[in-house]
Amino acid sequence: MTSVVESPVRRRSWGETAGRWAKIASRELVTVAITIFGLLLITFFIARVIPIDPVLAVVGDNARPETYEAARIELGLDKPLWQQFAIYVGKVFTGDLGRSVLTSNTVVDDIKRVFPATLELATLGTLIGCLLGIPLGVVAAVYQGRWPDQVARIIGLFGYSIPVFWLGLMGLLLFYAKLGWVGGPGRAGVAFQDLITPVTGILMIDAALEGDWDAVRDAWSHLVLPASVLGMLSVAYISRMTRSFMITELQQQYVIAARVKGLSEFRVVWRHAMHNAFVPLVTVIAVSYMHLLEGSVLTETIFAWPGLGRYLTNSLLNADMNAVLGGTLVIGAVFIGVNLLSDILGRLVDPRTR
Amino acid sequence: MTTWTDYLLTDSPSSRRQARLGQMYRKWLAFRRNPLAMVGLCIIVALLLVAAFAPLIATADPLAQNLDRRLLPPSGTNVFGTDSLGRDIFSRIVYGTRVTLVIVLLVVVSVGPIGLLIGATSGYLGGWVDRALMRMTDVFMAFPRLVLALAFVAALGPGLENAVIAIAITAWPPYARVARAETLIIRQQDYIAAIRLQGASQWRIVWKHVVPLCLPSLIVRTTLDMAGVILIAAGLGFLGLGAQPPIPEWGAMISAGREQIFDQWWVATFPGIAICIVALGFNLLGDGLRDVMDAR
Repeated sequence: MTSVVESPVRRRSWGETAGRWAKIASRELVTVAITIFGLLLITFFIARVIPIDPVLAVVGDNARPETYEAARIELGLDKPLWQQFAIYVGKVFTGDLGRSVLTSNTVVDDIKRVFPATLELATLGTLIGCLLGIPLGVVAAVYQGRWPDQVARIIGLFGYSIPVFWLGLMGLLLFYAKLGWVGGPGRAGVAFQDLITPVTGILMIDAALEGDWDAVRDAWSHLVLPASVLGMLSVAYISRMTRSFMITELQQQYVIAARVKGLSEFRVVWRHAMHNAFVPLVTVIAVSYMHLLEGSVLTETIFAWPGLGRYLTNSLLNADMNAVLGGTLVIGAVFIGVNLLSDILGRLVDPRTR
Repeated sequence: MTTWTDYLLTDSPSSRRQARLGQMYRKWLAFRRNPLAMVGLCIIVALLLVAAFAPLIATADPLAQNLDRRLLPPSGTNVFGTDSLGRDIFSRIVYGTRVTLVIVLLVVVSVGPIGLLIGATSGYLGGWVDRALMRMTDVFMAFPRLVLALAFVAALGPGLENAVIAIAITAWPPYARVARAETLIIRQQDYIAAIRLQGASQWRIVWKHVVPLCLPSLIVRTTLDMAGVILIAAGLGFLGLGAQPPIPEWGAMISAGREQIFDQWWVATFPGIAICIVALGFNLLGDGLRDVMDAR
């Protein structure tokens, strides 16, 4: 006998799934396109409001009026504003962010060189943030309202209240100058400077590829402190969000069911509830990753870390506008990219959206 | 004493004012039960008092240089030591509360109303106005705040006013979001429909009836945001883009102590502790206010 009642959980056909995904993807793409457009509009606007005359920067202060006028036309500054914007957008999309006055390289080349260092720092920072923040949040949720929860709350509030550049300085003072546990500022010790040929641009991996384990250790000793300082920034956010997700999950009926089945509390919390809390956590980790890219601007300055943040602040202090706007644009684009990626990842790990 | 609490806690208030005061008193009682929030309130009150009575509290002129007394460690006369120009660090921190308060107040005054207006308009009108305004907040929120503020300061030039402008430009979108979310709920309510039927204009509805109801969640949001504003302002100051010397701004003071950090630790350490305490105060206060003011 065949049942006439269709099962309430109907599996979607392949075609339906693909159609839904195509719809989601097209909507996401429109959003991303608009955001990137807005991003370009902002950087263009900033470039226009600067009081520095871009023509004078090219021809120098003592140029004759004819030279000045020629340079003005060459830079396209005689055209209407919307045309200038169109030219700017065209240039950005062909990978032309102008030339840095400070390094006399193209900004794109500069960013390619410095970006891996930032990536290395932010990635390890996020990892540290997760390793500390997630357990802290879970414990706070399990002991909701009792002292472990209060401790987690206070740690979180401190994390939101400490200026990262000051924490970096204090870290250097304690762990480098007083205790000597870690390497000082910079990415590598003097003995290892420029010895490793960059392949990935990530020093530890490059050193490991060459089999130079002393260099790996040296790179680690320089990396661990700035990454921990950055990680502290995200511990607050990650633990707070983990706590609220876990509290929601622990109230669900499947948790009661699991307990009734006689599973150990450890298994209920860490396998069953944590598994489900992880879905929204993906987005949180992505957001904190982006914030660490932001935090790296100040952290890199403290630790003389040759990444994008230091490149940005260095250019800023030298009024090197092409480099500033290029760096800003790249960070903005990375933000949009990570946002998109976390959206997709969130959908992939959530079985309800399949 | 009892008469006052009776007046405030009565179940049948005889006037609107009594009802309103009673409600506020109940909220205060709820707030008082939260010890962390009370600590936050104490910190902020202390900040206000120190800023108001800075000349009485400071032991020296914050700008007076004395090159014979450079980089002295903390002692009886200079509680937190002296900096590289021989200025008393304690007095500079005391006067620095004024700088911090000015920054915070200017940002609140400029960002709050703008975010509120944009958010309430967007939520109330809906349609293409809503879509356009929310896209705008999306774009601004796609940028990391500090980086965007840096780019603006780079364009405008360093200085306290420009730092405030840059922070304000980057700070409004979350406020607009909060106000919009609140408005979307409020505009569905029956009493809004009643007011509309009475012939009130849209501006009147937004300003007189929607905006006041958005205020509690915006106040919470603002208080929690203040810590972030203080940290960004300190970051700009640290990079030399905020308040310019000799203004005793805490971020700039840390920056000044950076070179001597390994030998004269006190120069950079104490201003940092001041930033931590004040930011923590705002965070604690905001956390407590959130529990009391919007239960959702």
